[in-house]
Amino acid sequence: MYQYTSTDKKIVTERADQFQGQVTRRVSGSVKELEFKPLRLQNGLYMQLHAYMLRVNVPYGLLNSKQLRMNAHIARTYDKGYAHFTTRQNIQYNWPELDDVPKILKDLASVEMHAIQSSGNCIRNTTSDPFAGVARDEIEDPRPYGELIRQWSTFHPEFAYLPRKFKIAVTGTPDFDRAAVRVHDIGVRLVKNDKGELGCEIMAGGGLGRTPVVGKVLRDWLPREDMLTYLDAILRVYNTIGRRDNKYKARIKITINETGVDKFRAMVDEEFELMRDEGTKLTQAELDRVSKQFVAPTYKKLASSDSALTKFKLSKERDFGHWVTNNVIAHKVDGYSAAVISLKTKDTPPGDVSDTQLDKIADIADKYSFGEAVVTHAQNLVLPNVETEQLPALYAELKEWDLAEGNYNLVTDTICCPGLDFCALANARSIPVALEISERFADLDYQEDIGELNLKISGCINACGHHHVGHIGILGIDRRGKEAYQLMLGGSPSDDASLAQIIGPALAPDKIVDALETVLKTYLGLRTAPEERFLDCYRRVGATPFKEAVYADN
Amino acid sequence: MPIIKDQKLVENEYVEVASEGTVPAAGSIIVGLQNFMKHKDLFLNREGNIGVRLDSSDDVSELTSDLGKLALIVLTFPKFADGRAYTQARKLRRSGFKGELRATGEVLRDQLFYMTRVGFNAFELQEGRDPENALEAFKDFSVTYQSSADDNRAIYNR
Repeated sequence: MYQYTSTDKKIVTERADQFQGQVTRRVSGSVKELEFKPLRLQNGLYMQLHAYMLRVNVPYGLLNSKQLRMNAHIARTYDKGYAHFTTRQNIQYNWPELDDVPKILKDLASVEMHAIQSSGNCIRNTTSDPFAGVARDEIEDPRPYGELIRQWSTFHPEFAYLPRKFKIAVTGTPDFDRAAVRVHDIGVRLVKNDKGELGCEIMAGGGLGRTPVVGKVLRDWLPREDMLTYLDAILRVYNTIGRRDNKYKARIKITINETGVDKFRAMVDEEFELMRDEGTKLTQAELDRVSKQFVAPTYKKLASSDSALTKFKLSKERDFGHWVTNNVIAHKVDGYSAAVISLKTKDTPPGDVSDTQLDKIADIADKYSFGEAVVTHAQNLVLPNVETEQLPALYAELKEWDLAEGNYNLVTDTICCPGLDFCALANARSIPVALEISERFADLDYQEDIGELNLKISGCINACGHHHVGHIGILGIDRRGKEAYQLMLGGSPSDDASLAQIIGPALAPDKIVDALETVLKTYLGLRTAPEERFLDCYRRVGATPFKEAVYADN
Repeated sequence: MPIIKDQKLVENEYVEVASEGTVPAAGSIIVGLQNFMKHKDLFLNREGNIGVRLDSSDDVSELTSDLGKLALIVLTFPKFADGRAYTQARKLRRSGFKGELRATGEVLRDQLFYMTRVGFNAFELQEGRDPENALEAFKDFSVTYQSSADDNRAIYNR
């Protein structure tokens, strides 16, 4: 894991001091709320429905046990005893007092964490593949590139007041995108060219929100040394021509669509060539310095554990069997596995963990996974380096703390925004829908029968729950003053990126989960084999049979 | 009101000249970009310093061939959250502009550090702001990562 240099430390400490000063000036009245707003936003501090919300960055999702414990401390001391993991691999606190925020930032700085640019119209936290470093299909660890982007974007003086927020994602697995790079403002894929040289493919203009767009390729291969210069060039063009007259037209996806991708690319290329050999060019020494910090832990020499895994899956203890079947992912090193800790349990909003659970997860990470855990964009945690033989012991400990739900990538593993329970933008609640779904489909045998399913819920069209790219998406709307839900089918954030389509009129809160169940029953009747996932089946048969089944009574 | 220049408070020596206004025979003046382009010879051949004011939608490359003859370029922040002038400043410094680069409009204490990095060296704070207090802002951070106008080398190339 990346260790801060003295410069990195100074920056987060000085930021905490700067924010302390800004809060003092705000409290004394010499800074008005209108000016304070962008300052607090660039420190991750939002005003929500009931209170401030603080968003803490987790660069590329990676946390060590010390950081987990500090977040447990923050949840306990400054919040109501819990933390919330978000769809961008970050942590949110829903109840901090303004006066406490500088103290929280100092606590975070002490474990090499920060909230810099976690909101506001600037470059946000860089996200990545939660299985980075351990995935079998990875060609290069994307985290060093995420870290390079984090440093480049931190207090970038030119791009702190962009037309709109700006999100970058990186993946090192070109054949299986788990970082949703095509629906980011910029997506970076590490790829090899014809000569086998490693470089970056750069995509831009993807995004969800009100106008979902799949990103377009600007460069299919770029030397790694030029990555940051090229990002500078994209941002410079966007900062100059991006629209500022209408916030709903201000994202780079609109800029590229209105300019035309070829013209936009030409503008970026012109800017890039002017700067290519100047001071942003990465050196081999810098690439090495950062890469070296992500070296693999010292694995034991173990035999392949594939047969042990098969045995565990068939375990007589059914819950454990389900958990191994669904939550354990193949590891690139023999004898090891990556295990997903589901944060989608029956009675808790998706992504929430208590302070005591966080402390426990820290202990578990130390004991079973070299002291590290990774936040996923599906609001779960991954223990990336578990000895396969230790899975039964790990499972037993997780179970004791209500962290052993075996539903990874199944219907109850919903992605869900905070919705109208917390958010000032929302039109409808989303957490109660997620909780009803986890109750309705509680039976894991039923869930496994339905198979891989990404269900995503947003409480408004801003799409924080990524409903456009759910195999099934649920969108909360306000229909004549009442909450209602649109049902959308057929989205995917991965290599086969597609946007889900609305199948009919919005449904009342007491009908939406029934409709979901109808869709899934229809799918079970239509699929050619259990291997045909819902998404594949939908793509084969189209929306009509689902539509007819859901709206049969109307 | 004094302006901040090179981190000191100084009096503003420039007089603003409106688009069809009378041009004083001597002394330092500021003119708009269109006015400057239209009467370039007149402005460049008179006694006294000449400064050009740009809007944030103006293309800075229009001035490229005259950069060496200008003592001042004024860039505008219509709102502090409108960040186009950061890129304009960076491009002007990259093109070799060595004169005074001044920020006007909604210029506030908490943006001065970034503005300095991209090449501004003078600031006309918004009416009613305490310039003494603003001088503190230059010390907000002691280290930086990126290349910009203040240092064309990113941290790993220094």
